[in-house]
Amino acid sequence: MKEKKENFFKKYWLVMLTGLLVGAAAVVLAAFGNPKNMGFCIACFLRDIAGALKLHGAGVVQYFRPEIVGIVAGSCIMALISKEFKPKAGSSPVIRFTLGAAVMIGALVFLGCPLRMVIRIGGGDLNAIIGLAGFVLGILIGIFFLKHNFSLGRAYKQSTVEGLAFPVMLIGGFVLTLIGASFFAFSAEGPGSMHAPILLALGIGLIVGALAQKSRLCMVGGVRDAVMFKEFGLLAAFGCILVAVLVGNAIRGTLNWGFEGQPIAHTEWLWNLLGMTVVGWGCTLLGGCPLRQLVLAGEGNTDSAITVLGMIAGAAAAHTLKTASSADGTGVNGPIATIVCLAVILLISVTHLKKEQ
Amino acid sequence: MIDARGLSCPLPVIKTQNEIKKNAPDTLEVLVDNTTAVGNVTRFANNNGYDVAVKELEDDEYSLVLTKR
Repeated sequence: MKEKKENFFKKYWLVMLTGLLVGAAAVVLAAFGNPKNMGFCIACFLRDIAGALKLHGAGVVQYFRPEIVGIVAGSCIMALISKEFKPKAGSSPVIRFTLGAAVMIGALVFLGCPLRMVIRIGGGDLNAIIGLAGFVLGILIGIFFLKHNFSLGRAYKQSTVEGLAFPVMLIGGFVLTLIGASFFAFSAEGPGSMHAPILLALGIGLIVGALAQKSRLCMVGGVRDAVMFKEFGLLAAFGCILVAVLVGNAIRGTLNWGFEGQPIAHTEWLWNLLGMTVVGWGCTLLGGCPLRQLVLAGEGNTDSAITVLGMIAGAAAAHTLKTASSADGTGVNGPIATIVCLAVILLISVTHLKKEQ
Repeated sequence: MIDARGLSCPLPVIKTQNEIKKNAPDTLEVLVDNTTAVGNVTRFANNNGYDVAVKELEDDEYSLVLTKR
C-alpha cells in the first residue's frame, strides 16, 4: 500500500502541484483586485473579452482579461519548447463551435466554469456544491455516450501558421489594449471593472498555462478518468485546487459558508444544477474543460481554438439574449436556454455514435 | 491493431480499454499521433497488466506495442 502511495505521487506530482498553484493563484488574484471567488474563471473571463470586443452590450462585464492571454501564450511557449506544438484540426469544427457555445451558456446560468465552481466551493459558496452535483451528472451522461463509441472524428495535421493564428490573434488584441486602443470597451463598474494589476494577471496566466500544458490539468478529466479508467491523478489535482483555495481564503479571512449573499452567485438550485450539467456533458464530449481548451488551443489544436471562439460567441449570445444569470438570479431566458442547450447536446451525442468495427 | 491516430483523449484509451476487455489479447498494437495519448494509453496499459514498448514512427506518429505481463 505504501509503495502504491509513493508511486501515485511520483506519477502525479506535477499535476497535483499545478492544482495547488492554480488554487493559490486564484486567491492571490482575488486579493489583488479580481472579483470575489473569481480569481480565475475561464467562462467569466472569455465573457469579459467578448464584452471588451463589444460583442455584447452588458456594460458591467467588459475587460480584455490578461489571464486568458497568459494561459494561451504560456501553453504555446511551453509546447514550442518541449516540441509538443503540433497544429491539428478537422474533428467536427462546427459541432465543436456549437458545443463551446452551449457550454458557455450553461456556465453563465450557473455563473462560472468548472474552475470557478471549485473556487466558489473553496470560498464557502454552497450553491457551487449543487453546481458540482450537476457537473458530475453531466460528465456521467457524457461517459455513457463515450462508452457507446461517441466520437467527433479524427483530426489532421495543419500548418504552423494555422496553429499559431489563434494565440497570435489573442496576443495582438491584448497588445492593442495595452497601447490604449479606444475601440475596446472597459467596464467602469461591476465585475468587469474589478481586476488585478495587468502584469500580475498576465504573469500568473503564463505560469498556469505553461504548467497546465505540461501536466494536462483538466477539471472534466478528473471525474471522467476516475470513473472510466480508475485513474485518480487529475481528480487529486482537482482536490489540490480546492485545498489551496480553502486554505487561502481561511488565511485571508474570506471564507464564508452559506447559500445566501455569495459573491456573483445566485441561489436558484435547479438552474445551478442543470447549468453545470450542460457544462459537464458538453465538456466531456469536447474532451476537456474550458481551461483545457485554452491550453490545447495554445498547443496549436485549432479544433480547440474554434471551441474557444464558440464559447466567446456563446457568451455574447448569453448576454444579448438575456440567458446569463446575475447575483439577482437567472436571466429571463436562462431556464429555456438551459433546456435548449441540453436538447442540442443530446442531439449531438446521439448523432455521433460510431458503429463498432 | 487499433488506429487511434487523429483522435484526442480519452478516445485512444477507450478504444484500447474496449479491446482489452473484449478480447484480452496477448499483444496489441496501438497507433497514436500525440504525446498525451502516448502517456495516457501507456499508463492505462501498465495499470491493467500490460508492458508497453513505444516506437516513434515518422511524422509525429507513435506505435505502442502492448504485451501481457
